[in-house]
Amino acid sequence: MTTTITPLATYRNDLPYPFCPGCGHSPILDALNAALVKRGTDPANVVIVSDIGCSGLSDQYFITSAFHGLHGRSITYATGIKLARPDLDVVVVMGDGGTGIGGAHLLNAARRNIGITVLVFNNFNFGMTGGQHSTTTPAGAFTSTTSTGNLERPLDICGTVAVNGAGYVWRGTSFDADLPDRIAEAMDADGFALLDIWELCTAYFVRSNKYTRRAFQTTLEELGWPSGTIQHRPEIPEYAAAYRAAAKPGRSSVSAAPIPVTQRSTLDRRYTLLVAGSAGGRVRSGVRLTAQAAIRSGLYAAQADDYPITVRSGHSLSTLVLSPEPLDFAGVGVPDALVILSEDGLAKAKALLPRLSPESLVMAFPDVAALETPARLVVLDPAAASTRLARADHGLAACAAAVLLLGLFPTAALVEAAAAAGRLAEELGKVVAAGLEIGGAAR
Amino acid sequence: MDQRATPPPREYTDGSTAIVRGALEAGCNFFAGYPITPASPILMMMMRELPRAGGIAVQTEDEIASIGMSIGAVMAGARALTATSGPGISLYSENLGLAVMGEIPLVVVDVQRLGPATGGATTVGQGDVQFVRWGTSGGYPIIALAPSSVPDCYHLTMKAFDLAERFRCPVFLLTDKELNMTMTTVALDDYRPADVRPRPLAGEPGRPYRYTPADGVPPLRHYGAGETVRFTGSTHDERAFITKHPPTVDALNRHLAAKIEEHRDEIEMAEADLDPDADTLVVSYGVTAGAVREAVRRSRAARGALSSLVLQSLWPVPETTLRRAAAGVRRVLVPELNLGQYRREVERVLPGMDVSGLNRVDGEMITPEQILEAVR
Repeated sequence: MTTTITPLATYRNDLPYPFCPGCGHSPILDALNAALVKRGTDPANVVIVSDIGCSGLSDQYFITSAFHGLHGRSITYATGIKLARPDLDVVVVMGDGGTGIGGAHLLNAARRNIGITVLVFNNFNFGMTGGQHSTTTPAGAFTSTTSTGNLERPLDICGTVAVNGAGYVWRGTSFDADLPDRIAEAMDADGFALLDIWELCTAYFVRSNKYTRRAFQTTLEELGWPSGTIQHRPEIPEYAAAYRAAAKPGRSSVSAAPIPVTQRSTLDRRYTLLVAGSAGGRVRSGVRLTAQAAIRSGLYAAQADDYPITVRSGHSLSTLVLSPEPLDFAGVGVPDALVILSEDGLAKAKALLPRLSPESLVMAFPDVAALETPARLVVLDPAAASTRLARADHGLAACAAAVLLLGLFPTAALVEAAAAAGRLAEELGKVVAAGLEIGGAAR
Repeated sequence: MDQRATPPPREYTDGSTAIVRGALEAGCNFFAGYPITPASPILMMMMRELPRAGGIAVQTEDEIASIGMSIGAVMAGARALTATSGPGISLYSENLGLAVMGEIPLVVVDVQRLGPATGGATTVGQGDVQFVRWGTSGGYPIIALAPSSVPDCYHLTMKAFDLAERFRCPVFLLTDKELNMTMTTVALDDYRPADVRPRPLAGEPGRPYRYTPADGVPPLRHYGAGETVRFTGSTHDERAFITKHPPTVDALNRHLAAKIEEHRDEIEMAEADLDPDADTLVVSYGVTAGAVREAVRRSRAARGALSSLVLQSLWPVPETTLRRAAAGVRRVLVPELNLGQYRREVERVLPGMDVSGLNRVDGEMITPEQILEAVR
């Protein structure tokens, strides 16, 4: 089946433009209309995303779909629309004000090369709010906020987006006869396309600076900037298409991972074990496997970790909370048992030592075992294991030793939890076995 | 109970995972976020999961772009989620207003940490309770839900998507560092899915903001579905054209509030555990509710009487639920990890009641012992 589409004569509605006499906005919008007519896309599938300022009114004069958002953020809305529906034609209409306040979005959209078309209505000042200077006001120009002449250098919008990988970049003026063709060409380009369209603000900039259309050329020459097509690189991949090409279907890693209950713990009360070591000792993952083993034994387990923001240095603490009842509150005061693996761990756990009860147990590696505490103290000696342990094995090995010494749940649950660890099963199994040897020797 | 009976299957997980799972099951197919502790796990999981499931996830240049892209994607037909922490909500502020004005269904997770400013990035807090309600210019209402357990994270995420569709507004899921990042044991039976209503794609072409008074909410039409669709963040008429016509402006602004305020019964959610003999009611929400549940259990084990109301919806304030739960008690305790932000609301809803707070801002959790001490 073929569908005959009657080409539209115009994408404008019947509302007259509201702009000042001589303002460049009207001819630019006429050029946009001509480009839309030339391309012939269903107006429902064209989204004009307008920014704030006089140019922000633009979407209301078209029969296309429209998004009128916040100042400087139009590029973010346009990116979201294009990512969700790459088949839509998304055109951003923004002023020089919007490119300034939304600068981060502008350069990141260019860098991603997202397939939207950005028309910058660049009249060198804020025309809607009283003629204040913008990031594109030429140096020396007079505005309502630069009464002695602008001290700032203007932003080279085209140079900025071009150097960051925009697919299509063009600079010209609202007076250029080829503007409709350039807009259509930009919309045809797959990647991020930007047209920096210089125009006259007859309300403010023209009056304050005696600026005319001939002055555009002088300003360009003073700045040494090019005009016309500055960049056209169709070989740079468009982001929404690249995203879809890179996406591969796969299994969810967040679906429920039930742990079978195969052992039975005799623990009849809440019990907390703090493991205090150093980064690199796999303390957290050791406690995690221990928690999974506790769950295999019918217990409820929770785990609170503490480590500095520089994750590969300093202390690593993990508290395992076990209970035969559901754990509504996993907070820990003074733990029932403490494992100390390193100086880093000792430094963080030291304040707890005098607060431990005589019934509690401290298990410490030999080089940090010179401790004063009312608790019972046992030394965990890695040398007692028949295999040599790496530092990265200390966390899990100490957990296994502690489970054995404290009788929290059957050690068979640890062996099973390690065996269920997929590609790590063999390695973790050896560490658990070594930890049980260390615990056995300390008994 | 037979001690040897096999317990229902359990897993070892955290709130972040439950939120992502809930979002995916709710049909979420767009996510945009920016790294921030303690919300980053959600970003990382969504970046991994969504492309596998045929959706889109983007790590943006800043939080402004996160919510901006999400809003754009919703208008293009997506079901969107974004997640951040308090400092990110600060940057979301202007676009939250856009989502209110433009009537965008959007779920926003705020994984609270201790503030203000950078505050305690890895420290639990509940200081954004009033912020999410009043976090954008104009003062118009939003909806906020607060899970207090991992299964609740799952359920209320799905519920948040449903309410966003129903009311076309930002719906906050207010969680915290401990709820999202503490690994814990969850019985799979405790996960309760919520129905998420489909987007009707009805309404009148050319009048995207027309609603029938009974329903109160215009059906969402999105781009690329055959009809021209207009969206605006400016004060507008039902065709999404800017207007200053006073009766139209008045109707719009009242509508934005009324569509939520007048349908509170569809939003109010709480977990009431009331003892008719109790003279004290503990009103809690979020991670603090865990300590309350434990305190209630210990109190009852010691033959005490204590009532608990755990609020699952915070905004709009579940006033009917609060009044009902407080009927017959002499005093109300509101434990919070802030300096009494929600206590103000409880005091407002229960005038004349003895309402006191239990507040911590030292980065530690309120304990069951502290609650039992405060209600003694």
